[in-house]
Amino acid sequence: MKALIDYTLHLADNTLILAQRNAEWCGHGPVLEQDIAITNITLDLVGQSRSFYQYAALLLNNGSTEDSLAYLRTEREYKNCLLMELPRGDWAQTILRQFFNSAYQYYLYQYLQQYNDPQLSAIAEKSIKEVSYHLRWSSEWVIRLGDGTEESHERMVQALQTLWPYTGEMFIPAPYETELGIDLAAMQVSWQLKIKAVLEEATLDVPEKIFMQQGGKAGIHSEHLGFLLTDLQYMQRTYPGCEW
Amino acid sequence: MNETIPDKATILDWLEEVKDPEVPVLSIIDLGIVRDIRLQDTDLEIVITPTYSGCPAMDMIATMIKMEMAAHGYPGARITTILSPAWTTDWMTEKGKQQLKEYGIAPPLPKQQGCDQRLFQEAAAVQCPRCGSYHTQRISEFGSTACKALYQCEDCREPFYFDCAISKVAFA
Repeated sequence: MKALIDYTLHLADNTLILAQRNAEWCGHGPVLEQDIAITNITLDLVGQSRSFYQYAALLLNNGSTEDSLAYLRTEREYKNCLLMELPRGDWAQTILRQFFNSAYQYYLYQYLQQYNDPQLSAIAEKSIKEVSYHLRWSSEWVIRLGDGTEESHERMVQALQTLWPYTGEMFIPAPYETELGIDLAAMQVSWQLKIKAVLEEATLDVPEKIFMQQGGKAGIHSEHLGFLLTDLQYMQRTYPGCEW
Repeated sequence: MNETIPDKATILDWLEEVKDPEVPVLSIIDLGIVRDIRLQDTDLEIVITPTYSGCPAMDMIATMIKMEMAAHGYPGARITTILSPAWTTDWMTEKGKQQLKEYGIAPPLPKQQGCDQRLFQEAAAVQCPRCGSYHTQRISEFGSTACKALYQCEDCREPFYFDCAISKVAFA
């Protein structure tokens, strides 16, 4: 049971933390339509995280709620991949991270739909429709920017260098994933093929095999997460139990 | 409290009064999000499903259902949310699709396209709710709320929404 709870929290934290990062673009996007697009995606991710948190609260059965899990856990208790908590960077970095994540979620949710847990399957079945939309949108933008102007191309090259060392963690199993038998290896193959196809069309070189950063899934985070949680949890920490 | 226990058809009539807060011409029945009505003696449970995960209207819809049921003498009605099977436009009523069109939002496409990941494809032909032309152009895949995409008619120049909770299914 502990493994299932930890895994559900990991899925919830991944979606919530990326949503919080993307939400920083609200009102600041490069053009109105894409400002709206990235915040719409954010809303889908928040919705998915709520489904996972509600399920985790149900499994915990100790008075936790979706809100207490999101607003009252500390940095070390968060289990998101490091990739999700990195600063939003410029638009190129935001787009590339969204693409990496959407491709990951696309294969993950396909897998979870068949997984032997009815509620995780149901959440995956619901969410994959949204993720398909995110994946297509972010793939197109990776290609537009990579195969765009000299400046947009250069920014994508920089974003790729910054983010690539954080992509391995998604497929390095945490103890709770091993215990549950989550097949990350099969997902990784599909993910790599998708990434390669889109990066090539975007005239970007697929990076060489390099050392991959990890730790987030086990609660060992970069310095960025603490600042993010300070923002995210401010109201509940300052006015405990406040509602509006 | 009501003396007589109503049948499901009566409760369906009551639910017709509960409208989608984002498209107030549509009832939640026409939208197809009411999946079951479970009635045992005086215990009433209404099962609903969201159109998409992040729909901020779901909590409000649940409250509106509770208020409607309370007005008919069922203050203890329970609202349960399920995610599977996932909502599809097939569950919308024909009346609902017509109302959506009259409201100025393009109704869902007659044929759903499954999970399509081809990039830079032509936007699906969406009919202009004002003049009926299929000569329309997608301006943005995302609109003012997470459930609407923005289109414009090339013939009558009308800008209009295509319901994206719907288009996510149709395009995705």
